[in-house]
Amino acid sequence: MIEVRGLAKSFNGLSVLRDVDLTVEEGSTAVILGKSGVGKSVLLKTIIGLIPPDAGSIRIEGEEVVGMKRKALDSLRRQMGYLFQGAALYDSMSVRENLAFPLERQVRLKKDELEERILDQLRSVGLEEAIDKMPSELSGGMRKRIGLARALITNPRIMLYDEPTTGLDPVTAREISYLIKKMQERYRPTCIAVTHDMTCTRIIADKAAVLHDGVIQHEGTIQELEREADEVVSSFFVTV
Amino acid sequence: MANDTHAAKATTFGFLSLMARFFELAGSLTIFSVRFLGSVLFPPYEFGEVKRHLDELGSRSLPLVGVTGFIVGLILAMQTRPTLFRFGADAYLPAMVAISFVRELGPVITALIVAGRVSSGIGAELGSMRVTEQIDAMEVSGIDPFKFLVVTRVVACIILQPLLTAIVDGLGLLGSYVAVAIESDMSWQLYWNSVTQSLTFADLVPGIAKTLIFGFIIGLVGSHQGYKATGGTVGVGRASTTAVVLSSLLIIFVDMILVKITVWIWG
Repeated sequence: MIEVRGLAKSFNGLSVLRDVDLTVEEGSTAVILGKSGVGKSVLLKTIIGLIPPDAGSIRIEGEEVVGMKRKALDSLRRQMGYLFQGAALYDSMSVRENLAFPLERQVRLKKDELEERILDQLRSVGLEEAIDKMPSELSGGMRKRIGLARALITNPRIMLYDEPTTGLDPVTAREISYLIKKMQERYRPTCIAVTHDMTCTRIIADKAAVLHDGVIQHEGTIQELEREADEVVSSFFVTV
Repeated sequence: MANDTHAAKATTFGFLSLMARFFELAGSLTIFSVRFLGSVLFPPYEFGEVKRHLDELGSRSLPLVGVTGFIVGLILAMQTRPTLFRFGADAYLPAMVAISFVRELGPVITALIVAGRVSSGIGAELGSMRVTEQIDAMEVSGIDPFKFLVVTRVVACIILQPLLTAIVDGLGLLGSYVAVAIESDMSWQLYWNSVTQSLTFADLVPGIAKTLIFGFIIGLVGSHQGYKATGGTVGVGRASTTAVVLSSLLIIFVDMILVKITVWIWG
């Protein structure tokens, strides 16, 4: 379970998050909707401890993240996965090494067991043949898939997705969304995804929340938000 | 009058902001160094990564430093021989080249070339990893990126620098012998004897100690600039350029202090 209370963050006097409250139940997926630049990625990075908040509390499975010591934070992070907007694959390492890197530093495995875990993970994202490729040889969609495989290879209990479909064509974006859904059903992590892609939201979300003006303005199921008359919320559901 | 006051204020403000940036950088480098010293002794040790950097950085730098060392040795002998000959002191040429190379030229030339080649490379590589969130990706995996990326590179530079300097010293002496052999009939044996007899413990120790400190500066400054890079591809370029400028300046400045200390201790 993830609980965020009264979270605030500003940069150079510019307030990005003012008073964010959010609860994500164990095993469920919450999608944070919001326009570009509203602070969605900042929220996610604050939750995982990459950006220290100015005020507020973040509790992950009962443990307070704000002010946590480095060692304890690292230990908590090992139970978490994070898919970056640009996948953030280590470009000096092959796909195999990218997947092995977090795994061999967390679990002591024999060489063949490690290889089997990597292959299994690549199979689940449909990219077994890319094992020896370098990140520079992969397309945007492939990079996202490998990023997803890397984030999930340690079986994290918490999964955070930063704009998982941004920069992808609609077909690949939908494929990635279904892949995320499949992975959620397989591993059942507690997830937060930030996006402005409504197709992705409809596929993966158990609940959605709209971040606007530094606060969560509305939250509920997709059906509940669709019925919302508020202009900020309804703007996400406009069909042309 | 008002314009003069305004100009004076602007100059003072410019100077103060420059000083503030200088102290900010000095503070940041000091904290970075302390963090390195606090991390290098404790596990986990990334020996494989250190070895990879040694292979990569060494093979990248060796041709350039080797050729430069040989040519500088050759030029040094060609330039000095006529003057020594005029005073009937050309027999001292091997000793002069050897002492110059081992005490000063070898360590400094190698360090400046490696600073240009390696420090900028480290700055660009880590800077690029920073702006593409690869360092954040390591951090969120519960892996200490400082240990994996910075400590391994600085250690590799510290190990590499004395080895490269020894090669430069050797090739510099060879280059100087080639220049001597062209102009006179001095044998290699005689040249080498003269070199080994002229070198003392007081020449070797400061030369080696210097290279370790230069290696530390090259690795640390490059890593610092890259690790702290901001501002996309422009930031990566800035990190790379600043790494070269800063590490070169520091090498020269630290060398000046080390020479003073060496002279004070050994005379």
